[in-house]
Amino acid sequence: MSAIPSEAPNRPRGVATATPRGARRFADPLFHLTVRLAAASVAVLVVAIFIVLVLDARLSIRTFGLKFLWSDVWLPTNHQFGALSSIYGTLVSTAIAMAIATPLALVIALLLVELLHPAVSRVVGTAIELLAAVPSIIYGMWGLFVLAPFMGRHVEPWLSAHLGFIPVFSGPPLGIGMLTAGLILALMILPFITAVARDVLRMVPQVTKEAGYGMGSTTWEVTRKVSLRYGLQGIIGALFLGLGRALGETMAVAFVAGQLMQVKVGWFWNMNTITSTLANSFTEASDKLFLSVLIELGLILFAITVTIQLIAQVWLRRVGRSLGSER
Amino acid sequence: MKEVRWATRTRVAALLILVLALPALAAILAACGSSSSGNATLPGNGGTTSPSAGAGSTFTVPPRTSNAIIGAGSTFAYPLYSKWASEYQAVSGVNLNYQAIGSGGGIAQIEAKTVDFGASDAPLAPADLQANNLVQFPGTIGGVVLAINVGGIGQGQLRLTGPVLAKVYLGQITKWNDPAIAALNPGLKLPATQITVVHRSDGSGTSWIFTNYLSAISPDWKNKVGFGTEVNWPTGVGGKGSAGVAAYVQQINGSIGYVEYAYALQNNMNYAQLQNKAGAWVKPSLASFAAAAANANWAKVPDFDLALVNEPGATSWPITGASFVLMQKEQTDAARGKMVLKFFDWGFKNGRAASQSLDYVPLPDKLVTLVEHTWSTSLTANGAPIWP
Repeated sequence: MSAIPSEAPNRPRGVATATPRGARRFADPLFHLTVRLAAASVAVLVVAIFIVLVLDARLSIRTFGLKFLWSDVWLPTNHQFGALSSIYGTLVSTAIAMAIATPLALVIALLLVELLHPAVSRVVGTAIELLAAVPSIIYGMWGLFVLAPFMGRHVEPWLSAHLGFIPVFSGPPLGIGMLTAGLILALMILPFITAVARDVLRMVPQVTKEAGYGMGSTTWEVTRKVSLRYGLQGIIGALFLGLGRALGETMAVAFVAGQLMQVKVGWFWNMNTITSTLANSFTEASDKLFLSVLIELGLILFAITVTIQLIAQVWLRRVGRSLGSER
Repeated sequence: MKEVRWATRTRVAALLILVLALPALAAILAACGSSSSGNATLPGNGGTTSPSAGAGSTFTVPPRTSNAIIGAGSTFAYPLYSKWASEYQAVSGVNLNYQAIGSGGGIAQIEAKTVDFGASDAPLAPADLQANNLVQFPGTIGGVVLAINVGGIGQGQLRLTGPVLAKVYLGQITKWNDPAIAALNPGLKLPATQITVVHRSDGSGTSWIFTNYLSAISPDWKNKVGFGTEVNWPTGVGGKGSAGVAAYVQQINGSIGYVEYAYALQNNMNYAQLQNKAGAWVKPSLASFAAAAANANWAKVPDFDLALVNEPGATSWPITGASFVLMQKEQTDAARGKMVLKFFDWGFKNGRAASQSLDYVPLPDKLVTLVEHTWSTSLTANGAPIWP
């Protein structure tokens, strides 16, 4: 009681005496300003990218209008362009990748957290993190020299012989095209989703799980009703992280896409994605309209990404609310 | 007990005051800052102005030192220019900084005047040169060959004519034992394999030369597809870069693809013979590319706007092309402009061995004379010619 009034109320203890007067005057405001500028720079960057994309795509937007979105004409020699085949290729290859990677990643993450011996789990976990660090060009080269010939010689002929009645398993089985691109994307995003999902599942409190086991649940029941439920928001976040990477992945796809600028139902056909078109055409695109078209493609990808982020946010909030109400 | 509670209370109060006082403190500091200008650490002053100053400085051109030339563009010409550069630096002390960012990038950079010269595999049309005030001349010459992977057919055995090749690339001839191919190759046992056409998936000067040839030889191709660094291929699979095309041709049985000569050699690929304009069968070689370059009538076209396809002469390879150099017509610095020209002059005359060792064709003497004549008539600084 007696010690307190001796200190002026507006003088925080310790801070006052530990630093010299001049530094104290500037340090905190400077720190705040730096932090704010850093935070603002993110928002400014996003807006700036959007503005630049729109400005540089003006020529293309003015020339083709909204028709650009659903036209699959691509005749650089005649200055005729449409984005449909690129949008289609981007969405379908990403969908294939997500369909393959999501179940696999969840199973691996559960295996790592729930079933494997911790020592083994640590080794496998490190291996997965290493996979996530492999640059995409390496996946591209591997896809070109190893995966594409393997798909062309073994997988695609088998698929067209046995599952050929499904329309998507058609086209020239050369190993270059939609299916191979989707598979490469799946392999690339698998370690990402797995690593995040593993960390999420690890955070499920041991006590909660033990309570489940204590009530006589099987491992499967605890996994499904406790671990997955508890970590649902985090897992959805992990999936969207993978989705974002698959949408934007460039080099690995560019090597195995084949760059056919048409919409084909068959997955063995060559295809293109927005980013593979950018990578393939940008260096040699010298005329202004072509460049503007490529930039508009970038703008479309930007819009797709923003839309998916919005969906993710809305979904996460809804999941959070429903979990909250049930808990 | 009471003292502890008091202690926590003061701590909370102190924190509250700190939180409330901070914005005020920042405001006071900002006011101070504006009065005592020149102090860069003050947030109100230095903090807000420095980003704009930084933005201004990031858009400046790369530093131009007195003994370095900056060039950018063609990836095709990159190995040659960089070899010339290292040899030239040894004799002259002048350093060439060449960025192989692709022909489109090279054109954009020279238009923006951020480089001393740009390099493009496809020539610019005279109208485009006029519009951007540029001069264009050939820097080196190379050949495009057809690599094939057909079981039982060896190096240089298969013979093709331009019209047949165009039909293959149009998807009209689909089997290797098609009568049209068989008629050209009476001694060969052609398999009934499906033909898989391989082309470039990326925009490329090689595609420009190849489609130019097909357009020159087949009206059907010219009408349906045309020529360009990137075209709408009627059939086939696309490989990224020459490496991608080479890989697909090697992987797929029954495939045919076009690559630069050096790539076919390095990958030990089987290539086809072609019939040239004179009706003779020729194999791709530096000699047959050089013959095409020598037989071309460079003087008749403006601005060297020429693809060396289907040139006359019994030994000319029909799919040959030049890689071009672009410079600003009006040089701001005569000495710098001359430095660039001296480099190419040295390369044309003393860099021939280097060219041939990398499978590029040196410019024929007649063409060098023509190019240097263009330099002396078209390139100026302050109204005065900079060459010789």
